Order: sequence, then structure tokens, then C-alpha cells
Amino acid sequence: MPFLEAIRLALQQIWVQKLKSFFTLLGVMIGVTFLIAVVSIVGGMSRYMTDQVVGKIMAVNSFELRSRPNINLGEMSEERWRELRRRQRIRETDIGPVADALPADVKWAAVGNDNLSAQSRYIAKPRQVQVYTVTDQYFDVKKMVPVSGRLFSPQEYERGMNVIVIGEDVKNYFFPALDPIGRELVVRGIPYTVVGVMEKQGSAFGISFDKFLIAPHKSPLNRYVNAHGVIDAVMIQTPSRDALLSTMEGVRQVMRARHHLRPSQKDDFELETSDSALEFWNKIKSYLVFAGVALPTVGLVVGAIVIMNIMLVAVAERTREIGIRKSLGARRRDIMSQFLVESATLSTVGAALGVATGFAFAKLIAAVTPLPAAVELWSVLLGISIGAGVGIVAGVYPASRASRLDPITALRAE
Amino acid sequence: MSQDIVQDSLEAPLGATAERQAVVGAAGATPGKDWVIVTRGIKREYDMGGEIVRALRGVDLAIQRNEYVAIMGPSGSGKSTLMNVIGCLDTPNAGEYWLNGTQVSSMTDDGLARVRNKEIGFVFQTFNLLPRASALHNVELPLVYAGVPGDERKRRAREALERVQLGNRVDHRPNELSGGQRQRVAIARALVNNPSILLADEPTGNLDSNTSEEIMRVFEGLAEQGQTVIMVTHEPDIAAHARRVIVLRDGLVASDDRRSTFVEKLGIPT
Repeated sequence: MPFLEAIRLALQQIWVQKLKSFFTLLGVMIGVTFLIAVVSIVGGMSRYMTDQVVGKIMAVNSFELRSRPNINLGEMSEERWRELRRRQRIRETDIGPVADALPADVKWAAVGNDNLSAQSRYIAKPRQVQVYTVTDQYFDVKKMVPVSGRLFSPQEYERGMNVIVIGEDVKNYFFPALDPIGRELVVRGIPYTVVGVMEKQGSAFGISFDKFLIAPHKSPLNRYVNAHGVIDAVMIQTPSRDALLSTMEGVRQVMRARHHLRPSQKDDFELETSDSALEFWNKIKSYLVFAGVALPTVGLVVGAIVIMNIMLVAVAERTREIGIRKSLGARRRDIMSQFLVESATLSTVGAALGVATGFAFAKLIAAVTPLPAAVELWSVLLGISIGAGVGIVAGVYPASRASRLDPITALRAE
Repeated sequence: MSQDIVQDSLEAPLGATAERQAVVGAAGATPGKDWVIVTRGIKREYDMGGEIVRALRGVDLAIQRNEYVAIMGPSGSGKSTLMNVIGCLDTPNAGEYWLNGTQVSSMTDDGLARVRNKEIGFVFQTFNLLPRASALHNVELPLVYAGVPGDERKRRAREALERVQLGNRVDHRPNELSGGQRQRVAIARALVNNPSILLADEPTGNLDSNTSEEIMRVFEGLAEQGQTVIMVTHEPDIAAHARRVIVLRDGLVASDDRRSTFVEKLGIPT
């Protein structure tokens, strides 16, 4: 029998018994629903992590030279912790040699960071803000631009003047309904003049990236952010991804030489890329994907059993039909394929419904929680093919039973 | 041992074995092309819970093209089994069955399915139509399994329905048709593949006498057009329509009469 004809026949059969068919394919539908929902949400979170979180923390094609890793994966052994504690800090005197070793088209910025309390005369209550002290290429590397005011001038960098740029949240808290440009914020008793307000950076998992103020590296703030002569990190950005590895290698050699490391010794500093930040997420993701696949599988197995059962009933109910078809010249494989197509169609219809409800579910979750959802084409194809696969697997036994029926006995059945 | 004696005693009074064998030919020989059906010593036994039932005990038959034959016999005479064997729904345990010059007694399941599809048109007592399919689709079915493409299938199915005067009922489902109309749909289905033989099993068993007559006229008409018709029935007045009547008894051919003599014997007016 031609394939399309068989599918049409199967759809007809499903349509004739709408309610029964619906209950039959419920298992597959629920399985696929969860599969699609989990895949969409994990996919959405993945994109969110890459674009929003890591992209905000780390600039594109960049790495950071640090004494200790900023992002720690999982549990740390006692030994590793001791080793990190013993490490020497990155010093201001390291900046020059490192910068000298960089190719001309590579940008870099020294960064210090701490959480400090700030205060303004307009708001009585002080508040903790993220304080950064940076060198001149920082804004360029991070692609940060001011929405009002300006960035620091070369003189301000050079002389370490008391100027700052602030984030959206800082502006809203300390200068409600005021233009902050030209007004002052006080940190550790020293006033700093706001010269710019930076573009909104957004948030991830409810944590805002706009609660910051940034001052020139040489400003008095640096003293509270960094211990004397020490910096937190050197941020280095290459013009392309290809140059990243060789540049990292160059910086590694400079630092190893400065720390007098023998070839047998490991690095006593970190070169962190956005990949190392993503590694953490990838680890979580692998658990989520595993759970997201394992749980629906239970639904699919149940769905397969239900379909097999229903197909066995269908074969029993339609024994006479099978007899009639055989008497008219249907071969074993005709009967076999008829029932296989029927069970595959049934289950594929279930999977298609599951894909639809799965997406609806994912969208719903995206709408009511901060978790995003991403519609992925491959998950649709996967869902549909799983549906067809489940149907075929579940249909083999009933179909082969049908195909082996003796026509005389089958014709006599009621 | 004792069973052999019983069998011999049953075969003995028939006497005509040698004569019949002269008609059906020697074992293994291909029958002439005028012979649609030739069976040689067909035996069929069933194991019914340890007890061997000998439904056919060595049937020799030869039916020519264009014959209109009725197979009669009391229940248990083996006529249903014979019909199943002739219709290639069943295979004999022993003996040869030649259909249209091909020996089908040793074919595989799929080979038999093909023969049923191409050579045989079934008409059943209970019609055996697919209840949820239209008359047209029911008639199309044999063509579906013959691999005939959709358009041609529809055209031929329509033609077959017109042949049985149901051209205006193509989209009706079986439950929207009368018994006689259902049986005519079944006849159209049996004819649609131009089979060598039309095989009818008690075709009027579920019909009232008026409708029976109507169906018998359809068969008559087909026989006149040259269609080979083989009909299994236990009703003498239905068998009377045929031009040759074969009577089975205890799994053997008891008599094989041309119409004139048979009708005389039964005393049924023509």
C-alpha cells in the first residue's frame, strides 16, 4: 500500500475514535511536552548565560590576568585552596612588562574592584556599590558608553583626579530626580565628582550590573580598592579570537619569567577567559539536560506501552478487517505496514501536540519567571522523530501479530 | 489401520475414481489452458485438540473456463474447506491444486496473497465489507493491493459498481445500503481485478428470497458474459441456477452432474 495512503488511513482511524486516540497518545504527548519545555528553557538559559551574564562580566575575545580565579568551579580541595592562598598578587610593577609584551593592536586595562559604601548629601542612608578603579582603555574593552556626561580625560587619568562615572542604579538611588553630572558622591570621606552616567548594563538572575561607580586608576579611591602596589586584574582584549591564544601565551611567559617559575612548576596566576566562566554553566547545563532527557523518557516509555496495548486491542478488534484485507490479496507486509504506520502516526500526532504544548509551557515559564526560553528547531525535529520512533517500536509486536493472522480464522472473527 | 479401511469403504461405492482421474490428468502434469481449476487428490486434515479431522480425503476436480458451478453438500462434508483451498486461503496437506496453469498448492503465504489478489474474487455470505469505508473504497481495496495508481483505481472501481447497477451509491457506507446492495458491492469488489474465478460462499445465505433472486440474476448475467463462477451453497434452489453441480460428502466428491440431470433429479422446474 502506498505510504501516503496508509497515513491517510491511519489519520482517519485516529479521527474516528478521537477521545480514545487522545488518551492513547497522552503519554507520548506528556513526554515530548517535558522534553521540549526543558530543552527550550535550558537552551534559553544557555543563551542568557552566554549573552547576558558572561558577556557582561567578560568582554568579547578577552582574558584577565589574575592572581586567583574569579570564578570557582564546584568544590575546591584543601590543597588547592592552600595553593591559592600562597600565590603572590599581581603587582602594579607587572603591568609595564605585560603591556610591553602585547602586540600593538591589543587593548588592555588594569582593574581594581571592591564593594564599598557610598553616600550623597541628597540621600541620608549610605549604600554599598561596586567600586572599580581602571586605566584608560577599560571602557573601550568593555564597550561601555556614557548616556549623559563624558568619560575621563587623559589628564584625569594621569593625575588621578577625584572624578567618577556611575551606573544607572547608583544614579537613581543617590540622585533621584536630579541631574547627577557635576554633583558629588562621598566614599570613605572623600568626595568624587560625577562626570558621566553609563548606559544601562541590565541584570542576570535578578542581580543588577548597574550598581557601580568607576574612577581612574590613580585616583584616591584606588587605595581602598587595592592594597598598596597591588591590582586585581589586567583585562586584555585581542582584535580577533585567533589572536587570543597566542596573546595569552605571551602574557603567560612574561609572568612566569617575573615569578621565576621553573618549567616543572605550574602557573601561579590565572588567565581567565569567558570560556572558563562558561565552563561552570556548562557543568550545570549537563545535569539539567540529563534530567530533562531522563524524566521525559519515563513518559515516553509509558506512552509506548499504552500505544502497544491499544494497538493490540485494535488488532483484536479488527481481526475481521485483517481477514477481509488478506482475502483480497494483502500480503503480510501490507498488514504489517498498515498497523505500523497507524501506531507511528498515532504517536507522531501525540509528539506534535507535545511539541506545541511544550513550547506553550516554556513560554509560560518564560513569562512568569526570569528564566528565558529559546525555541530550538532541532528540539522540534527531535520531538517529532522520537514520537515516530516510539510509535514504530511500540507497533512492531502488534503489527507482526496482525500480519501473521490466519485469513480463515480472521474472517470468522466477530 | 482401521481408518484406512473406513476410507476405502467410503471411496469404493463412488467407483468413478479412474474415470475422474482421466479428466484431471496424471499427477504433476500441467493441465490444458482451458482448465481453470484442476485438483488431484487434495487432502486436508485438521488437528482439533488431538483428534484428527479429515475435512478433505482426496478430491479430484476439473473446472473449465466459463463454467458456472455449484458445490453442494451437507454440513461437515468439507465444502467450506474445499472453497478455502480453491480460494487459496488454505493449503492442502496433500495433493495438487492447479489454478490457471500454475500449481498453487505449494506456494508461500505472500505468493497465495498475490494469487488471491489477481485470480480470485470472493463473495461471502456475510458480505465482509469494511464498515467504515465507502462502497467505492471497498471496491478499490483489491486494486490497492495490486498496486494500481489512485486515479485508475477510482475509475475501475466506479466501473465495477456500475456493472452491478450501483453507480449511484459509490459514496454510501455499507450501513447505508440494503442487504442486496451490500452483496452487489461485494460482487463489484470481487470483479474489479478481473479475476479468473468468482468464488461465492453461500452468497444468499443472509438475504431474503426476493433479494436472493436479484443476486442470483447478477451471477447469471456474469456467467453469461463468460465469467467463471464457483458457488458454495447448501440450498438446492440456489444451486439450481448453476449449470453444473458438484456434491461433496465426507470429504469426497459424491456426484458431479451437468445441470439437466441434476435439475431432473431434484424435480425443480426451470
